[in-house]
Amino acid sequence: MASDQVLPRTVTARTGWAARLRNLEPIMALWLCLALALAFLVAFPLIKLLIVSFETRDGVFTLQNYATAYGRQRYLDALFNSLKLGLLSASIATVIAVPMAWAVSRTDMPGKGFCWAMVMAAFVLPPYLGAIGWILLAGPNSGFLNVAWRFVTGAEDPLVNIYTFTGLATVIALHSFPLVFLFVKSALDLISSEMEDAANILGAGTIATMRRVTLPLAGPAIMGGFIIVFLETIALFGTPAIIGIPARINVVTTQLWQFFEHPVRMEVAAAYAMPLLLITVAMIGAQKLLLARKGFVSQTGKGGERREIKLGPWRWVMFAWCGGVGLFAVLLPVMVLIQASFAKAWGRGLSLDNLTLRNYRLLLFEHDMALTSVWNTIWFSAAAATIALIIALLVAYMVVRKLSRFGDALGFLAMAPFVIPGIIMAIGFYAAYASPPFAMYGTAALIILAFAARFLPIAYANANAAMRSVHPEMEEAVRILGGGRLKAIRFVTAPLVKRALLGGWLIVFIVATRELSAAVFLVGPRTRTMSVLLYDLSEAGNFEVLAAFGGILLVITMVFVAVGMKLAGRDFMLRRS
Amino acid sequence: MSRLILQKLTKRYGAITVVDGVDLALEEGAFVSLLGPSGCGKTTTLRMIAGFVPPDGGTIALDGATISAPDSVLPPERRGMSMIFQSYAIWPNMTVEENVAFGLKLRKLPSHEVRARTAEMLETVQMGHLAGRYPAELSGGQQQRVALARAIVIKPAVLLLDEPLSNLDANLREEMRFEIRRLHNAFRITTVYVTHDQAEAMATSDRIAVMNAGRVEQVDAPHLLYARPRTRFVAGFIGRTNLIEGMVSGDVFAADGFSLPAGAMAGQALPQGPTLVSVRPQSIGLHRAIPQAPSGHPVMQGTILERTYLGESWDYVVQPSESGLRLRVAAPPLDVHDVGSAVWLALDPAQLAVVQ
Repeated sequence: MASDQVLPRTVTARTGWAARLRNLEPIMALWLCLALALAFLVAFPLIKLLIVSFETRDGVFTLQNYATAYGRQRYLDALFNSLKLGLLSASIATVIAVPMAWAVSRTDMPGKGFCWAMVMAAFVLPPYLGAIGWILLAGPNSGFLNVAWRFVTGAEDPLVNIYTFTGLATVIALHSFPLVFLFVKSALDLISSEMEDAANILGAGTIATMRRVTLPLAGPAIMGGFIIVFLETIALFGTPAIIGIPARINVVTTQLWQFFEHPVRMEVAAAYAMPLLLITVAMIGAQKLLLARKGFVSQTGKGGERREIKLGPWRWVMFAWCGGVGLFAVLLPVMVLIQASFAKAWGRGLSLDNLTLRNYRLLLFEHDMALTSVWNTIWFSAAAATIALIIALLVAYMVVRKLSRFGDALGFLAMAPFVIPGIIMAIGFYAAYASPPFAMYGTAALIILAFAARFLPIAYANANAAMRSVHPEMEEAVRILGGGRLKAIRFVTAPLVKRALLGGWLIVFIVATRELSAAVFLVGPRTRTMSVLLYDLSEAGNFEVLAAFGGILLVITMVFVAVGMKLAGRDFMLRRS
Repeated sequence: MSRLILQKLTKRYGAITVVDGVDLALEEGAFVSLLGPSGCGKTTTLRMIAGFVPPDGGTIALDGATISAPDSVLPPERRGMSMIFQSYAIWPNMTVEENVAFGLKLRKLPSHEVRARTAEMLETVQMGHLAGRYPAELSGGQQQRVALARAIVIKPAVLLLDEPLSNLDANLREEMRFEIRRLHNAFRITTVYVTHDQAEAMATSDRIAVMNAGRVEQVDAPHLLYARPRTRFVAGFIGRTNLIEGMVSGDVFAADGFSLPAGAMAGQALPQGPTLVSVRPQSIGLHRAIPQAPSGHPVMQGTILERTYLGESWDYVVQPSESGLRLRVAAPPLDVHDVGSAVWLALDPAQLAVVQ
């Protein structure tokens, strides 16, 4: 037996502190590198933002910035408007999404696949494109809906006007309702039919059961979705800028943008950004508490079977509701955008003599920035996704495998940008790195790093879940058979997490390609992304070219979403998001 | 010389000492089980042997060379051991054949030898026909066989098994128990087997180390653990038993209700003073009438207090008439006594074990 052994000769392990150093050093070095990277991406910009808000340009302590930021009625109004807009959008989104979620999760409504496709599409459609679509649909003078309304009724006044507070809130809600939908649907999926049966047997009808049992059980999820939409709305830049500025509705994000017009008053912007940051941190905290209590839903949820509620003729009513949402959120805006992109003058509608490829030709062959911005967008997003995922992966590996006692600190930093609105992240990056000694303003590197920081939590959540799915014994089995940690990672861990990571990479990539609120603060003339260029074009008001550019952005997004669905599964964007 | 020696091995997590001065020595080719309730430190001990957990005190030596000490731990990959994990840890991204061949490839063997030895090993565990399958397409028992093949094919210096059967159903568990012993008989690999299931440990092991609260209570052959438990914990943990307190004075062991000459208790040293003995329910005779017992075998009259039918035997609780004892007595299925009926008990002093 002994002569037959192929095992490597066992050697006495080195003793003393030299061996200890040898074992510990690579992990400590890695920890240090990651800590530095996260400090650069997350901690320093935030700290700098805070410091700048309390300093004059010469670096002397002052409260003047706060006095300026909150000293004018106009600025206070903007703050108030943001809160009002957030509440209104979140309310509309909840009203839209809860019946949809209930119908898809619990009933025999037809066309659930279509419903899912609409939710997914509304989620993927960049919000500012939806906003432009709605300007074409519901502009007070030549919007299609209003033209049709006047034609049919002969009325003078428009049916709907997008340039109003309600109009703005509705457009935002039509883009953000999928968040409520996803929250509520996953909660409803956990409620067993037996809970509803129990109410039925005691004499409650379908409506009473839904009102008294099902919805209250989903209550925390509905609140959670409401909060997320509220936060999305108050941090949103694109839609308020495109619709709100012409309508003279000033909100926090557009006001922050104005502080960056010449002369740039960055320190005032930093002071002005604080309420947004604090509200977000507080609300995410509140939401965590809310959802932590939802244990009472899932506890009994797994056991019982779930039956679809028979709606009878009402199922067509529900379908009409879902179809209507899909129509207004996705189909109509996209259709008018496509129409406009092929039109000589969009207001003249669909006719042969109005058709042209001129808009696309202009963008693809004559415009000096369009193609550059397409290229910028793709490579900035790809680089940001790669950086975010590599950092996330290493941090997740350290945290999940408990390689360092201080690993959790890294995990916390990696998740921190989740509670920082993108626009504040951008101002932080501007404050920290735009001026010397870094002098990175307008460089590709700054945008890439800001994107990487902003979407680090998405990458980290994905990487962490992927790592957790690999049992540590899978790696230990390699090691006991004679392979080192690196071999274990190469032959076992990496192949097992490959697909999940690809999905994570694509999600970061796709959300980065549509990012506007951070990019708009950081780009230089030659480093504009598609979203920023689109915003610049919208200020010029040439809707045909704008629509064509939106079409190009949409096609690019769709290609990558399709690749993602193919490689990582149909619902890869909606998982855990 | 022993192949694997654990000396005063200790591991603490914070204030809790999970492994507390464990001493254990394994001869070449021995099969030793670490048996104990959950939380007794057996898995931690095994993971220290594997090199995944550094000890806080004591040493582990393999073939005379120290491989684990508080300040220096030879990493698992350089120990030449192999291990079977509770989750099997069969790599789902590799076929059965690739899983088994992996350890051989790491040793840079020529590919024809890797192929030959893998194929031979898969035949040995009756998995040859499934070599091309992926683990997801295998049943639990088949995965277990792959794990065994993967661990054994490299002819490890020591084979470690961490509760390998706890995820299988009862029938399969019994079958795999014999499979593990069969493979050990065929390859004679020095083996440490961790389990909380005494039947498993009994069926597979040459010797069993019973652990409790981080300490080894007793190391013995399975039948001796049963017949001669040396501590109260072992007596109670291995099978069921009656613990009887008594007093040794001079040449007599006296308990509540009976007494016997100390010399009759086959070769066990009896300290003077209070003494605890263990009597297995199976070793107490249960009779309707007064039995003919050899001299020195105590006989007591008693009453049935409770009875439970367990399938293979009756479990009676009997109270001897002139005693406060309550004794569990096992009897075959057709020895039926009603609750409250009078019976006679006969003790065989050779079956009594002195317990600390």
